[in-house]
Amino acid sequence: MIPEIGNLALSFALAIALIQFILPLVGIYANRWRWILIAGPATMVQFFFVFIAFLSLSWSFYVDDFSVQFVALHSYRSLPVAYKIAATWGGHEGALLLWIFMLSFWSLAVALFSNQLPSMTRARVLSILGGLAVGFLSFILFTSNPFDRILPDFPLDGRDLNPLLQDPGMVIHPPMLYMGYVGFSVAFAFAITALMEGRIDSLWARWVRPWTLAAWIFLTAGVALGSWWAYYELGWGGWWFWDPVENASFMPWLIGTSLLHSLAATEKRGVFKAWTVLLAIAAFSFSLLGTFLVRSGVLTSVHAFANDPVRGTYILAFLGVVVGSSLTLFAARASSVSVSGWFDWLSKELLLLLNNLLLTVAAVMILIGTLFPIFAEAFDWGKISVGPPYFNLIFTTLMTPLVFLVGLGPMVNWRQYSMAQLGRKSLVAAIVALSIGLLVTFFETQHVAMDQFKIFLGVFLSVWLTSLALSDLLTKSRGKSTAKFRKLSASYYGMHLAHIGLAFTVLGVVLTSHLSIEKNLRVGVNQQVSVAGYQFKFEGVSDFNGSNFDGIKGKFIVTNDGDFVAELQPEKRRYHASGQWMTEAAIDPALSRDIYVALGEQLPHSQDWAVRIYVKPFVRCIWFGALLMALGGTLAMSDKRYRKKVAAKFSPKTKSSSNSENISNNSAA
Amino acid sequence: MKPLRKRRLIFVLSIVLGLGAAIGLGLYAVKQNINLFYSPIEVVEGKAPVGPLIRIGGLVVEGSVSIDSDSLKRSFKITDNAESVLVKYEGILPDLFREGQGIITLGHLGSDGVFEASEVLAKHDETYMSPEVADAIKKAEEEAKARKGK
Repeated sequence: MIPEIGNLALSFALAIALIQFILPLVGIYANRWRWILIAGPATMVQFFFVFIAFLSLSWSFYVDDFSVQFVALHSYRSLPVAYKIAATWGGHEGALLLWIFMLSFWSLAVALFSNQLPSMTRARVLSILGGLAVGFLSFILFTSNPFDRILPDFPLDGRDLNPLLQDPGMVIHPPMLYMGYVGFSVAFAFAITALMEGRIDSLWARWVRPWTLAAWIFLTAGVALGSWWAYYELGWGGWWFWDPVENASFMPWLIGTSLLHSLAATEKRGVFKAWTVLLAIAAFSFSLLGTFLVRSGVLTSVHAFANDPVRGTYILAFLGVVVGSSLTLFAARASSVSVSGWFDWLSKELLLLLNNLLLTVAAVMILIGTLFPIFAEAFDWGKISVGPPYFNLIFTTLMTPLVFLVGLGPMVNWRQYSMAQLGRKSLVAAIVALSIGLLVTFFETQHVAMDQFKIFLGVFLSVWLTSLALSDLLTKSRGKSTAKFRKLSASYYGMHLAHIGLAFTVLGVVLTSHLSIEKNLRVGVNQQVSVAGYQFKFEGVSDFNGSNFDGIKGKFIVTNDGDFVAELQPEKRRYHASGQWMTEAAIDPALSRDIYVALGEQLPHSQDWAVRIYVKPFVRCIWFGALLMALGGTLAMSDKRYRKKVAAKFSPKTKSSSNSENISNNSAA
Repeated sequence: MKPLRKRRLIFVLSIVLGLGAAIGLGLYAVKQNINLFYSPIEVVEGKAPVGPLIRIGGLVVEGSVSIDSDSLKRSFKITDNAESVLVKYEGILPDLFREGQGIITLGHLGSDGVFEASEVLAKHDETYMSPEVADAIKKAEEEAKARKGK
């Protein structure tokens, strides 16, 4: 019964989404005020139905309704409840439902928090979001319905959720990532609206900024969580693989970051208007492309599962329609965007432009590397894969100048700045960064020259960035410079926090990549091995039982010159339903280093085990940095200027329909 | 030309040139870093190059897996049901590696026809077979059929 309700709710949602998409647009051209006003309520009703559908599927998982095919394939009676709920997005159909749920959630947020927008603009934005919902709802209903039943002979127990996904990461990573991914749909809808209305100005940029920022925060957290999850769950201690699916989430992040910065220029100075709109379109297009890559199975990836080709074709067609029509609209309208604003060669505008170029080129390069195998296959150049060396080379080449410039950006003024002043202000930072960089390189002598140079560069860049951010914060917050800086906004602090986060991530990436010690060893019971100055004593294995698996637990005592460091218990689990083996690494985390132990397999005809023992310096900095970036974004979003008009709204003259948590009401000048 | 327009022109030109150069270099870098895939039958027929980093994939031959008694040096054969190739590897195998399972290995082909693998990949879904391996097996089967037909 419940699955049928879900199915029905999805159909209703599609019908409502059609109304939400078509009526307001027709209303605007036919001058029917009522049709225009329907956009808001339609959005809310559509959200309601999608929410019901989502709850129905979760409920079916909760009560073990194995007559629903999707549940039977992705759940198991003795699966822990949290994973049963998370299994809702544990396969193609459910993940798609989560996508749609997020889309209608964002649409609802726009409908609720956009009372300050002109009615026409609001109706257009909601209508475009409705159009996207139509595309995805028909996709799920016609090709991947999660509510399909297996009747009458349904299985007594399910096939279980893929063991790899039975992890707390599964509960939070996909929703976070999808919130971010799908969140760019709002910026996209605003961009299309701006093109339709032929109006792109500072006010428009101020509307879009908090929405973009919100999506970006979730995406940052989502990508970082994915990397952390892969690190401890895949069992081989890597934190980034340049896997197509990782790239699919990283490209929108790069474009989104670029968009945030170009929005700043558009808001403050009214420049790069057309470019900003193009980026907003691109960010969402990359999200759609990511969905296509993940869901169509065209790529070999750690995320690739058996797939239905019809689905890939549908998403590709949808992608083509969305990207094609937006770019056509852009081509037709972009030239009408007036250009204002003048800036010198050395100015914040120019630095932001360079930021945009570097980030966009990085995204395009990753796209080339990701899609190259598909094109090669299509043109019969043989089956190829593009390895991490390509991505590492391209990415470090582009990020080095970027991180260097990020340090300078905040202190350079809009319009123009003097080179002499820039030199004076950054001199101390340069000296500090150079000396710390050289010092570290001096003590890390066991590396070849090229690696030493990279370590130096990484340390130099992160110290450079951090000290410039701190000195800028100090001078400006003390109000020593000019009076106008005395009142610093939340978004100013947020920016510096995010930049310092970037410095941490850079430091973590460089140090982990070059200083990690990774050994795959054959270890006997009670044997002691030494890795990177730590001694690991293997005390053998014991059996244990979990709720839906049983397994073997190893015991390692880690010491450092006789001092106890940690007891690590890596596991091998065998899941009952699939019989699949899983490796659970044991990690002793610390800010300066992780000790990582994972069991391979017991070697035949002996008591020996194959064991991975890794010591990874500063690997935590990578995720800590991402956390700072997300926090910085959150701080920036709390900026008063995005909420300025809310206070005014509570004056008795206006309708008091607004919400105090309203973040997007920002028509203030 | 007005100074503003001139400036814009210089901007646009430098952006276009920069993008073009970057993409050109990128494509060059891609070409340097691609790993071609070969099936066992192609390796045996000598179509796979000796030396460069390549990938080969197929099913692990039953009973072919063995390991050194005091290290992690192992060897096994992979097949596309037509021909098989001996693979040597030192390290830890993925959880889903087992006899009969489809895998992909990355490494170098020696002149003796033995493949020295530096990485072994098995997918983490039991029912999933990577498209390369599935394709290779299908092709080898078709070829075998065609031979029989003669």
